[in-house]
Amino acid sequence: MAVGQRLLLIVGLVAYPFAMAIYFSLSDYWVGSPGRFIGLQNFRDVLGNEIFRQTVQNSFVFAGIAVALKTVLGIWLAMLLFRPLRFKRLVRAAVLLPWVIPTALSTLAWGWMFDSLYSVVNWTAIHLGIVSPPGPNWLGMPAYAMTAVITVNVWRGLPFFAITVLAGLVSIPREYYEAAEVDGAGSWGGFRHVTLPLLKPVLAVVVLFSTIFTFSDFNIVQVLTRGGPVNTTHLFATLAYQVGLSGGNLGQGAAISLFLFPMLAAIVFVQLRYIRRE
Amino acid sequence: MQVGVRSRAEKIRSAAFGYANVVPFVFFALFPFYYMVITSLKNDAELYDLKSVPFLIQTGVITDHYRYLFGKTEFFTWMKNSLIISVVATSVSLVIAILAGYSLARLRFRGVSSFGTAVFITYLVPPTLLFLPLSQVVVWLGLSDTIWSLIVTYPTFLVPFSTWLLMGYFRTIPREVEECALVDGASRIQTLLRIVLPMALPGIVCCTLFGFTLTWNEFTYALTFVSQTANKTAVVGVTADLIRGDIYYWGSLMAGAVVASLPIVIVYVWFLDYYVSGLTAGAVKG
Repeated sequence: MAVGQRLLLIVGLVAYPFAMAIYFSLSDYWVGSPGRFIGLQNFRDVLGNEIFRQTVQNSFVFAGIAVALKTVLGIWLAMLLFRPLRFKRLVRAAVLLPWVIPTALSTLAWGWMFDSLYSVVNWTAIHLGIVSPPGPNWLGMPAYAMTAVITVNVWRGLPFFAITVLAGLVSIPREYYEAAEVDGAGSWGGFRHVTLPLLKPVLAVVVLFSTIFTFSDFNIVQVLTRGGPVNTTHLFATLAYQVGLSGGNLGQGAAISLFLFPMLAAIVFVQLRYIRRE
Repeated sequence: MQVGVRSRAEKIRSAAFGYANVVPFVFFALFPFYYMVITSLKNDAELYDLKSVPFLIQTGVITDHYRYLFGKTEFFTWMKNSLIISVVATSVSLVIAILAGYSLARLRFRGVSSFGTAVFITYLVPPTLLFLPLSQVVVWLGLSDTIWSLIVTYPTFLVPFSTWLLMGYFRTIPREVEECALVDGASRIQTLLRIVLPMALPGIVCCTLFGFTLTWNEFTYALTFVSQTANKTAVVGVTADLIRGDIYYWGSLMAGAVVASLPIVIVYVWFLDYYVSGLTAGAVKG
């Protein structure tokens, strides 16, 4: 029974706050005033809110583009790292670094790189003749701000993809490529008919994981733009923080963060149903 | 001979192609850190001069930003807080995870597989889904605004993660080894301490490293639960409290970012291979 209790404790660590999140979302709980049950009112309010609808759109644009870029670049980088390469350990260490360093701090450095006046990105682009001075105000204009947060997310998440896919590549037997070559497949054919199909299980896990954590991202947006300009980079987590803590409306904040749940549930379902079975 | 020559030329071409493609990735990965460091060593006049070259330090290296950081801010306290929180939260979580992971990997009792699944699911729940209710739990426990609020809440993500990672390692240890010890009269706990743990050492090192990294780097809870400057962690202190008014003093900000990242960099350089194996073994949160 002691064992069972320990395991219950683990599940409880997450299940208890989760149940509370649901309770909060169904009440008009404000910071300092325990609320009463108000049914689905918070969800109705949230769904009718223009800023929330903007946030939903932002989240799909952000996660969609970021995960796609991380997948493509991650496979590409993994294949480069798979080749015989001098200083392989050093290169691998360098490539993994963005994943290890505190994200909030490295995002701060990106904030300085995207500074409205002294941006090193703009300085470079101007001197290469790509843009005319003074260059875009990265964090001050909607499309550019979205580009900036996606760039930082890809920068931070790429190592995870590359290193995991690399492990998948290592496990593919060389004979398969030789067989493909005998059958007349070129390097593209080998990639399409050997690499990709055999990487599929690894890729599925990585993409699903990354989708969850890209959707629920908080650090990058909070440090870089705080959801601005005019809410065009808000994600569920940053909006929930703004409404629930800065604004004090815990009930509505909890309702907003719970919108992450259907996505989480769908991904867990896919994981359990298709991936862990293999 | 002809074939040999061609394949050698091809080899060189292929190597050159490899390097030419790897270099941009390495540059992309490292540039923000390079920029962090040189910004922290430049004087303000050069930092805010549109005519200077941002990639270089042209008017001399200075340490003023670092001296400001250690002399005039609570930076040292923040580092101390981060260290205490990371060490305590990681150790506590590790002990719980060892016991739980071992139970899940070894003992047979009813419902063990559904518990395994439950741990897996809790491990997938992102902290940003739980930070609002947890902020109230912390208030009810009377821990708000203290470093204990973080020591108590970090296990909510560390324990599921470590349990999941360790389960994999425990499963690779052959059952027979333990059965021998049991037959020789060792108790379950003795077997765990003397036989299983030494064999699962790489997994435990891995868990410790990731636990330390995840807690040191944690931002959401640390920002939410603590507002008093003296109780902040290094990451939140640098991000939130070095900005005076609405003005960003980039020199000292980057100095703070460099020093607050150092403990992680040192650990990372020492244990690089564990990071790689942990990342691939557990499909860690990314």
